Amino acid sequence: MSLSTLTLRGFVTVLMLAVLALVPPLVDLTGNAFLIDLATRCVILAIAAVSLNLILGYGRMISFGHAAYLGIGAYAVGIPVYYEIYNGYLHILVAMAVSAVFAFATGLVCLRTRGVNFIMITMAFAQMVFFTFVSMEEYGGDDGLVIEVRSEFSRFINLEDATTLYYVCFASLLVVLYLVKRIVSSRFGMVIRGARGNELRMQSLGFDTFRYKLICYVIAGTICGFAGALLGNFTNFISPEMMDWTRSGELIFMVVLGGAGSLFGPVLGVSVFLLLEEFLSGLWLYWQLVFGIFLILVVLFANGGIDSWLSGRSKRSHDS
Amino acid sequence: MTAKAILSIANLHKSFGGVAATKQVSLDVVEGEIHAIIGPNGAGKTTLVSQLAGVLLPDSGRILFQGNDITQMPAHRRPHLGIARSFQITSIILDMTVLENVLLAVQAKAGHSYRFWANSGDDASLVEPAMASLEQVGLQNQAMQMAGPLSHGEHRQLEMAMVLATHPVLILLDEPTAGMGQEDSSRMVRTLQALKGSRTIILVEHDMNTVFMLADRITVLVEGQVIATGDPDAIRSNPRVRQAYLGEELDSIPSEPRAEDPMAHSPSAC
Amino acid sequence: MDWTLLTVQLLNGLQLGILLFLLASGLTLIFGIMDVVNLAHGSLYMAGAFLCATFTQWFDSFLLGLLAALPAVAIIGLLVELIVIRRLYQRDHLDHVLATFGLILAFDTLTQMIWGPDGQVIPLPAWLDGQVTLTADIVLPTYRLAIITTGLLVGVGLFVLVTQTRLGMRIRAGATNRTMISALGINIGMLFSIVFGIGAVLAGLAGMMIAPITEASIGMGNQIIIVAFVVIVIGGIGSIKGAFIAAILVGLIDTMGRSYLDVLFKLFMSAQNAETSAPAISAMLIYILMAVILAVRPTGLFGPRGR
Repeated sequence: MSLSTLTLRGFVTVLMLAVLALVPPLVDLTGNAFLIDLATRCVILAIAAVSLNLILGYGRMISFGHAAYLGIGAYAVGIPVYYEIYNGYLHILVAMAVSAVFAFATGLVCLRTRGVNFIMITMAFAQMVFFTFVSMEEYGGDDGLVIEVRSEFSRFINLEDATTLYYVCFASLLVVLYLVKRIVSSRFGMVIRGARGNELRMQSLGFDTFRYKLICYVIAGTICGFAGALLGNFTNFISPEMMDWTRSGELIFMVVLGGAGSLFGPVLGVSVFLLLEEFLSGLWLYWQLVFGIFLILVVLFANGGIDSWLSGRSKRSHDS
Repeated sequence: MTAKAILSIANLHKSFGGVAATKQVSLDVVEGEIHAIIGPNGAGKTTLVSQLAGVLLPDSGRILFQGNDITQMPAHRRPHLGIARSFQITSIILDMTVLENVLLAVQAKAGHSYRFWANSGDDASLVEPAMASLEQVGLQNQAMQMAGPLSHGEHRQLEMAMVLATHPVLILLDEPTAGMGQEDSSRMVRTLQALKGSRTIILVEHDMNTVFMLADRITVLVEGQVIATGDPDAIRSNPRVRQAYLGEELDSIPSEPRAEDPMAHSPSAC
Repeated sequence: MDWTLLTVQLLNGLQLGILLFLLASGLTLIFGIMDVVNLAHGSLYMAGAFLCATFTQWFDSFLLGLLAALPAVAIIGLLVELIVIRRLYQRDHLDHVLATFGLILAFDTLTQMIWGPDGQVIPLPAWLDGQVTLTADIVLPTYRLAIITTGLLVGVGLFVLVTQTRLGMRIRAGATNRTMISALGINIGMLFSIVFGIGAVLAGLAGMMIAPITEASIGMGNQIIIVAFVVIVIGGIGSIKGAFIAAILVGLIDTMGRSYLDVLFKLFMSAQNAETSAPAISAMLIYILMAVILAVRPTGLFGPRGR
C-alpha cells in the first residue's frame, strides 16, 4: 500500500462526504428537488449497508435476510402512527429494540449453522417476517401502509421538511460510520475479524466465538432497524415488498460492490448502485438486463470492490 | 513416577464409525516435562491431542488437568485453565498482521473481550506482551507484515508466539517442525529448549532427532494404543518399541531419520 | 369432514412436493458436487415454462411443445454453466449468491424483452383436461394426476441413474467426496456440465408442467426457488433421498397448512383469532419447519456432518 493510493482512497472518502453534506444547498441552486430524494434514499440505505458490512464484511456472516430489519424499523414507525402515536423517540426505540430482539432470537439458531445453511436460514427468517406483515390485514397486508405523519421529535427537528430529514439521516450515517470504525478496531472487533479468518484457531485461543458473533449480529440488526425507521419516515409508506429476499440480495450487492470489510466501501457501493439504477432506468426500458450483467461482471472481475480499486490492491491476493 | 502429574489421562477411548482411533489410553504427564508422543502415521496422535484440546470429545475415559475433570469441557474454555495448542497444519489468521495475530492471543488471556470502543492496536497492555512473545520466537521485525504471505517456517513461529502469549501451563504441540527447513527447525528446537522446565509440553513429532533432543519422557502410540512410556533410553532399548515401530530409525540416529514427507496428511489429522 | 376436498388438497400437496423435488434434486446435486449455490435455478424453471408455451403454439400440441422445450432448456443450462457458473467454482458462496442473483435479473429482463410483460397461457389437450372419477364423491383432475405420475417416474429414473449407472457412481462420488473424482481421473469439467444440464432439464420440466395451471409469468421462479432451497436445506445438502423426502414433506405441510390450519386453530382459540392468525402462520410453516430442523440438526436431515 503506497502513500499515493492511500490518499486517493482518503480523498474519495472526504470528497464523497463533502458532496453529501452539500446536497441541500446544491438542490437549492439547481432547483432540482428530485436530487434530495435520491440523496436521502442513498444515505439511509448506506446506513443499512454499513450495518450489513459489520457482519458480512468483518465477520463473514453472509446474512441473506438483512432487509427484514429495514421492514421492522419502518413498521415500528408506521404502526404507532396508524394509532396516532407520533413520538419519534418512541418510534426509534421500538425500531431498535424489536430489531435487537429479533436478531438475538434468530441469531441463536442461525449462528449454529455454517456456509450455505446460514445463508438460507437467515433468508428463511426474513421470509417469516415478510409473511407476518403480508397477513396483517389491519396494517394493509400485501398493499402496505401509508404513514400519514412523520415521526415528531422537537420544535427544532421537523422531519416534514425535506432538508431537515436529509440532515438527520446524514448525521446518523456519520454517527454509525464512527461507531462501526470504533467497534472494528476494538478488542471485540478483533475477535470478530479473527473468527472470520480462522474460527477454530480463535476457539483454541479461548474465545467463545459463538457469543461474540451473536453480539455482532445483534448490533448489526439494531443499526439496520434504525435505518428502517428513517426509511419509513422518508417514503411515507411501508409494504412487505421492502423485505423481499431480492431486497436483501441488493443490500449484499451494494456492500460487495463498494468493498466488503472496508469502513467506507458500503457507502460508495450504495451510491454507485443508486446512481446506475437512476441513470440506466432513464435510458432503456430493459435496463435491468445491463444491471444483471454488470453485477455478474463485478463478481467475476472486481475483487474487493471499489474500495480495493481505490487503495490499489486486490483483497484476494492475501488469501492463499 | 514420583513427581506429580499435571495431566492425567485414564482409559480414554474414541472411535469413528466403529474404527477405534484411541484405545483405552492411560497416560500421566508430569509438571515441567517435555513429554513426546510418537508413533507411525495413523497411530492416533492428532486424535489424542484433539481430545486434550477439546475439539473432539472422547467416547469414554477421563482427562484430569491439575486435578479437575476436563473430559467434557468445551474447547474454548480450556485455554482459560492454561492449555494452549498448535496445530499440525499451521493455524493462524492469514488476513491479519503478525502483531494482530499475537494481540488476539494476549487478548484471550486478558479476560473477556467485550470492549467495543477502545482501539486494541493502541493498547499497551496488549501490544507489549505481544511484542515480547514475538521476540521470543524471533519474529519482532515482521510484526507489521500481513501474516498470509510469510514463509512456512515463519507461520509456525508465529503460531508458537501465539501459544506463548497465552502464558500456558500446558502446551500441546502437534508437529511443530513439520515441513520446516533445517534452519527454521533448529530455531524452533532452541525456542522449545528455552522453555524447558518452565512449561509442561506435550510434543507430537515425527522427527526422531528433535524428539530425543528435547523429550524428558516418551510415549509410543501404535494403532491407538500406548505400547510404552518411559525416558528416552528406556524407549530406545524397549524391545516392543523396536519391533513395532522404531527399530531401524533408532539405529540410524543421529543421521537424518525423517521417514516420510512431513507435510503428508496422516489419517488421524482431523 | 369433506373427503373430496381433503383428497384434492392432499393431491395438490403431493403435486407441489413433486415440483419442488424436480427443482431441488438438481439444486442439491449442483451444490453437492460443485459446491455452487445457484439462485438462478428458478430462472431455468421460468425458461422451461415460456419455451413450452411458445413451442406448444408452434406445434399446436402441448406434448410436442414440451418435448421440444426440454432440449432447449438443456442448451440454455449448458450455456449458463459454460459462460458464468464455470468461473465460480473456485469462489466462495458470497460470489455464487451475487453472480446468480445477477443472472436472475438478466433472465427476468430477457424474458420480458422476448415475450412481453404478460403471462403466457398454455392450453391443455382434451385428454389431459378432464377428470377422473374414483368414487361418486371423489373426482380428481386428470392433469394433476399426470404431473404426479410424471414426477414420480422422473424420480425413479433419477434414482436409477444415480445408483445403477457409471455416471451415477461418479456423481455420487463427487457429491460425497469432491477430491475423489479428480483422483479417479474423471473429467471434472465434463461431469459438472452434465450435472448442471440434468439439473436444468429437471427445473425446466417442473416449469413446463406447472405452466398450464398457473400460466408462464415473469419472475415465477423467484418464489419457488426459495422454497426449493428450504427443501434442500431440510433434506441435507447433496442428498437426493433427503431432497425427495423433504420436498414431499414441504409440499404437503404447506398445502395442508393453508387449507386446514384455521380449522385446527379454532379448536383452541376464538374463531376470529384463528382466522387472522392462521394465514400468517401457514405461510410461515415451512420456514418454521426449517428453523426447527436446523436448530436440532445444523446440517439437515440427511446432510453430511460438518459441512
